[in-house]
Amino acid sequence: MISEDALRLRKVDWRVFFRRYGIVISFFLLCLALSLLSERFLTWTNILNVLRQSSINGIIAVGMTMVILTAGIDLSVGAVLALTCVVTADLLQKGLSVPLAMLTGLALGAALGMFSGLLVSRLRIPPFIATLGLMTVSRGLALTYTQGMPITALPASFNFLGAGSIGPIPMPIIVAGLIFLIGYFILTRTSLGFYIYSLGDNPVAARLSGISVSKVILFVYALSGFLSALAGMVLIGRLDSAQPSAGYGYEFDAIAAVVVGGTSLAGGEGSLFGTLVGALLIGVLNNGLNLLNISALWEGVVKGAVIALALLLYRAVK
Amino acid sequence: MKKLLIVAIGLLLIGGLLVSCAPSQPSPSPTTTTTPSPTEKKFTLGLVLSTLNNPFFVTLRDGAQAEASKQGVTLIVMDSQNDSAKEASNIEDLVSRKVDAILVNPTDADAVVPSVKKANDAKIPVFTIDRGANGGVIVSHIASDNVAGGKMAGEYLAKALNEKGKVVELEGIAGTSAARDRGKGFNEVMKNYPNIEIVARQTADFDRAKGLSVFENILTAQSEINGVFAHNDEMVLGAIQAAEAAGRTGIIFVGFDAIDDAIKAVKDGKLAATVQQQPSVMGELGVQIAVKHLKGETVESSIPVPLKLITKENAP
Repeated sequence: MISEDALRLRKVDWRVFFRRYGIVISFFLLCLALSLLSERFLTWTNILNVLRQSSINGIIAVGMTMVILTAGIDLSVGAVLALTCVVTADLLQKGLSVPLAMLTGLALGAALGMFSGLLVSRLRIPPFIATLGLMTVSRGLALTYTQGMPITALPASFNFLGAGSIGPIPMPIIVAGLIFLIGYFILTRTSLGFYIYSLGDNPVAARLSGISVSKVILFVYALSGFLSALAGMVLIGRLDSAQPSAGYGYEFDAIAAVVVGGTSLAGGEGSLFGTLVGALLIGVLNNGLNLLNISALWEGVVKGAVIALALLLYRAVK
Repeated sequence: MKKLLIVAIGLLLIGGLLVSCAPSQPSPSPTTTTTPSPTEKKFTLGLVLSTLNNPFFVTLRDGAQAEASKQGVTLIVMDSQNDSAKEASNIEDLVSRKVDAILVNPTDADAVVPSVKKANDAKIPVFTIDRGANGGVIVSHIASDNVAGGKMAGEYLAKALNEKGKVVELEGIAGTSAARDRGKGFNEVMKNYPNIEIVARQTADFDRAKGLSVFENILTAQSEINGVFAHNDEMVLGAIQAAEAAGRTGIIFVGFDAIDDAIKAVKDGKLAATVQQQPSVMGELGVQIAVKHLKGETVESSIPVPLKLITKENAP
C-alpha cells in the first residue's frame, strides 16, 4: 500500500515538474537550435536585442498573468497602451514636465483598468466582454484624440525610459526586470498574491473565507492598465513617437506569453516565472525568424508550429 | 449608490462610443461646379468618394474639380462617409439624375458591385479611382502604380549606392496588394544590378514598432548594410531609429507614402527618399479619361497614375 502511494506521489511530482519546468526545457532546445543555425544568435548584442524586444510584451504579460490567475482576461491592454501613449506624448508637447506627464499617463492607464475592474466585479460583466468594450473605446479615443496622426519630437529626457541605458544594460530590460521582481514578490510573498490565486482557484470559497473579491479584481485590472501604460512609455521612448495605432495585437502576444508559460486560462494555477520564459520564447522566436531570414509567407506557419511544438513537448512527457 | 454607478458607467460607455464613432468634421453636402460652355455638348460627371474626412481624398476632389472646370464639364461630388450603404444611395441618385459618367472611389471592392451593375443597366459608364471593384463593367481603373513606385525607389537606391552594395528590403503585410506590387517593382529593378545583393528580406507589417525590432535583428545578422528599402514610411522610420540606437551610420534609407514624419526625416537628412502618391493627378486623370471616353475615344482599362520621388532637393 505504502509503495503504491509513494509511486502515485512520484507521478504527481513529475507532472508538476514538467508543468513548471517543461517550457524551460523547450526554451533551451529552441535556443540551442538557433545557436547552431546562426552564429550571430549567441552574441552579446543579440541577447540584448531579444531581451529589449521582449521587455514591452513582458511588462504587459505581468499584469496579464495576474488577471488570468483570477480566471479573467484583459483584451484592452494594446488599446490602453495606445491611448495612454498619445495622451502622455500630447501633454509633453504642450509643455508639461516629464515626471508629471508620465504620472498622468500611468494614472490614466490605472483608471482605465479600474474601469474594466468595476465592470467585472460590480456589474458581473464577463471579463472578455468588459475588456473588449474598453479596447474598442480606447482605440477609438486614441484615434479621435490624435485625428489619426502620430505625435513626434518628444523631449530627450523622456525617451530615457525606452532608449537609455544604465551601464551596458538598456533601460527597457531594467524596467521589465523590476516589474517581474515586484510581481513575483506580490504573488508569492503577500496575502494579496494568495487572494489572487485563491480567487481563480475557487471564487465561492474565496468569498466565503472573507476575501474582498471585488477589491482583488479591481486591483488586478488596475495593475494591468497601469503596466500597459508603462509599457507604452517604454515604446514611445524606443520609437521617439506616439502613434494611435501603437500596440495593435499586443493582447495576443501577452496572452500567448502567459499561456505558453503554463498559466491555466481557468485561473488559480501558474506563475510569473513561466510567463517570463513564455515572453522570452516568443521574443527568441521573432528574433530567430529575422536572423534566419525566413520568408514573410512562412513566418506565421513557423511561429505557430514552434509554439505548438514547445507546448506539445512537455504535455506529451506529462 | 449601485444604481447611480450603473447609470454613470452606462453614460460613459455611450459617450465613448459616440465620440469614437462620430465623424470629427461635418461632411459637406454634395457640391456642384458648373462652368457653362454653350458651344459643345456639356457633360455631367458624378464623382463618388469613399470619404472626405481624409486629406488624400480632399486633394483628389480638388484635382478633379480643377480639371472639370478646365474641360468645361459639370462635376457632382458625393461623399460616402466610408459607408457602403451611403455609397449605394449616392450612386443610385447619380443614376436617376442620368449623369453621363460615374467616377467612383469605392468604400469596398465587393460592396460596390451591385451599384456598379445598376449603373451598367442604365448604360452609364463607370470608372473606378484608387480602389477597384470586384465585379460589374468598369471602363477604366485609375490608380497609383505601386509597381512603378517600387521601381522608382529601386532605381534611386541603386544610383545612390553607385550600383553596388548590400541591401535590406522591409516588406509590408504579406499578401496585401501594396506589399506585393511595391516589392515586385523594386525587385525587378534590383535584378539589373548584379553588384547589389539583397541580404535580407523580412516583413514588418507596415508597422513602426515592428520596423524597429525587425531591423534591430537584421542589424545583428548582417555586419554590413548599405541600403534599405521599406514598403512604407512607418517601417523605414522604425528602422532608422534602430540604426541610430545601434550607432550604425552610412545606410541609405528609402521609404514609400511620403507621410508627414517621413518628409520631415527627408529634410533632416535621415531618410534619403520616399515615394509620394499624387491624389490631385489621380482626380485630374479621372475626369480626363471619362471625358475622353464620352467623346468616343478609346481609353485603356487600367490607367496608372504617376508617382513622385521626394528627396531633400524637392521636399515640400
